[in-house]
Amino acid sequence: MIPRKSHTILVQGITGKQGTFWTKAMQDYGSNVVGGVNPKKAGTEHLGVPVYATARDAAKERPFDISVMFIPPMLAKSAAIDACEAGTKLLVCLTEHIPAHDVMEMHVAAKANGTQIVGPNTAGLVTPGECFVGIMPAFNERVFQPGRVGVISRSGSLGTLVSLNLTQAGMGQSVFYGVGGDPMIGTNSAQALRILDADEKTDAIVLCGEIGGSAEEEAAEYASTMKKPVVAFIAGRQSPPGKKMGHAGAIVAGGKGDYPSKRAALEKAGVAVADTPSALPALLSRHFAAA
Amino acid sequence: MNFEEHAAKPLLANHGIAVPASRLAKTPDEAAAAASEIGPCVVKAQVPTGKRGKAGGIKLAANADEARTHASNIIGMTIGGWPVEKVMIEAQTPIARELYAAIVNDSASKGPMLLFSPMGGMDVEEAAEADPNAMRHVVIPIAEGLSEAAARQAVSGLDLNAVEDDLVSTLLKLYEAYRALDAELLEINPLVITKDNRVIALDCKLTVDDSAAPRQQEIIGLAAPEKYTTLEAAAAAEGLKYIELGGSVGVLANGAGLTMTTMDAIAHYGGSPANFLEIGGEAYTKAKTALSILLENKNMKSLLVNFCGAFARTDVMAEGVVSAWLELKPDVPIFFTIHGTGEDEAVALVKDRLGIEPFDLMDDAVKAAVAAAAN
Repeated sequence: MIPRKSHTILVQGITGKQGTFWTKAMQDYGSNVVGGVNPKKAGTEHLGVPVYATARDAAKERPFDISVMFIPPMLAKSAAIDACEAGTKLLVCLTEHIPAHDVMEMHVAAKANGTQIVGPNTAGLVTPGECFVGIMPAFNERVFQPGRVGVISRSGSLGTLVSLNLTQAGMGQSVFYGVGGDPMIGTNSAQALRILDADEKTDAIVLCGEIGGSAEEEAAEYASTMKKPVVAFIAGRQSPPGKKMGHAGAIVAGGKGDYPSKRAALEKAGVAVADTPSALPALLSRHFAAA
Repeated sequence: MNFEEHAAKPLLANHGIAVPASRLAKTPDEAAAAASEIGPCVVKAQVPTGKRGKAGGIKLAANADEARTHASNIIGMTIGGWPVEKVMIEAQTPIARELYAAIVNDSASKGPMLLFSPMGGMDVEEAAEADPNAMRHVVIPIAEGLSEAAARQAVSGLDLNAVEDDLVSTLLKLYEAYRALDAELLEINPLVITKDNRVIALDCKLTVDDSAAPRQQEIIGLAAPEKYTTLEAAAAAEGLKYIELGGSVGVLANGAGLTMTTMDAIAHYGGSPANFLEIGGEAYTKAKTALSILLENKNMKSLLVNFCGAFARTDVMAEGVVSAWLELKPDVPIFFTIHGTGEDEAVALVKDRLGIEPFDLMDDAVKAAVAAAAN
């Protein structure tokens, strides 16, 4: 699912410092926030929307399509299960450092309720010119401009840099899809590719990957079946093996998930791989010139 | 968090899995004393890494004198980069058969997975690679847990006879321990069947999810220390991830993805990164601490600050860097490139207070930092 201006949004943890800062940013940008959750402040109003004890309570009065979580790691599981049971179609889970066993239980609840989870540990989704959900600088016009290139990224900061490089080259974005840096994410890069492949407003896609795991190899497999052009950048070429680079996902074990194998898989699938993010627009131009 | 054998085995025993009698020894004399109590024993190096046997870190001892000799040889060895500071003195077990069992977090199924092999021992990885059927994989639904039927299926066809029930029950206890300990990996290799038909865990490897630390307080103190340099340890104490890389261009960025990208760009333009250090996520207010750690690295000849703020506000990070810079007055050229949340305030701050113009393009900032480091 791609967030649109028409989608209704619930913010879990709306009254906290970050919840407040980013909800206000989302509202200012055009995101349709219809309610928030904080069990201790149920019945009050915050940033012009009602606050509920649970997502299930909110759903009864203010149905929503998307829920976004500003919830600390040890409380994330119950908040996520609440949102799934409330029937949210899309759950954007920003929280980093959720215990892995809890994440597994979240995915069970999502599957049982037909919820799409993005994250955990995602910076969120941006539909430039329409709305955003999460903690991305959507409102910075030097970074994001409406356009027709979709960006998929495991990392929010790298996604920001790549979007900036596209905007500097005059290429706006149809959507920024932050899939998250955790090892067990709800929507992986291949699934995000499928979503952007089906999107009429997207003409081409930039995939920003990282060393570790097999997300890029799986994405390459899907990309080989696509008509839309896909180009990529993979971070971590210079990272020493066996070291965790912050993202729990970015660890290379025994040569698996290393830079050369990811690059080879993508190139074999017809995906050109840039040496630096600033080289991405030129790779895209080549596709557009050929079309 | 990794747990050495001597720390992990009692945790298995807490869940009802049989382990041999053992004692920990830090000197050859302690090893001899333990052996005279335990009898014929195995002297085992305690380091948080595999392949101890192949490195000569595991030896059989028939008596206390032999245990003393082995301990004096093993203590002080380096295995997989780890200095051996202690040995475990463990009762010898009459082995009839060596098996392998583990529960791991499986990212493909987003749930727990049981791994079981009838070919346990030192070369199980090689055996599994040579013959995929050597390792049995059982996806476990986390809502229901490992069922007895699934565990029995995993060990089927091995002519286990009387010992099958014991083995199945050991696997169920292993899963229980995995859940209770928030394990990422809980592995028994070898899991042995003794000549008198007992099921015993002869070794144990345990990795506990760092993110679960808040609810695993009871066992955190038992974890093996991380292998850090002095600076890496100082950073870890402040909640920062810092890795020394040996190059000359220092890196300060936010977010793992951007930090790795910055390192890659430095190499692409002919330089070499001095470090990995990121202050993204909740760490974005720690720019000042981060900077003082970077400046301790005397190999660093220039510093590149690359902020692309999403959640991490670049104005907050820049404020931290600028005030630390003015306070510490380091004699190192510094280069900035700043975009994203709080960008205008951050750029103005760097210009006004340091008199430095941030680069608009990351590539230009990288080239300048590489050139400065080469001078």
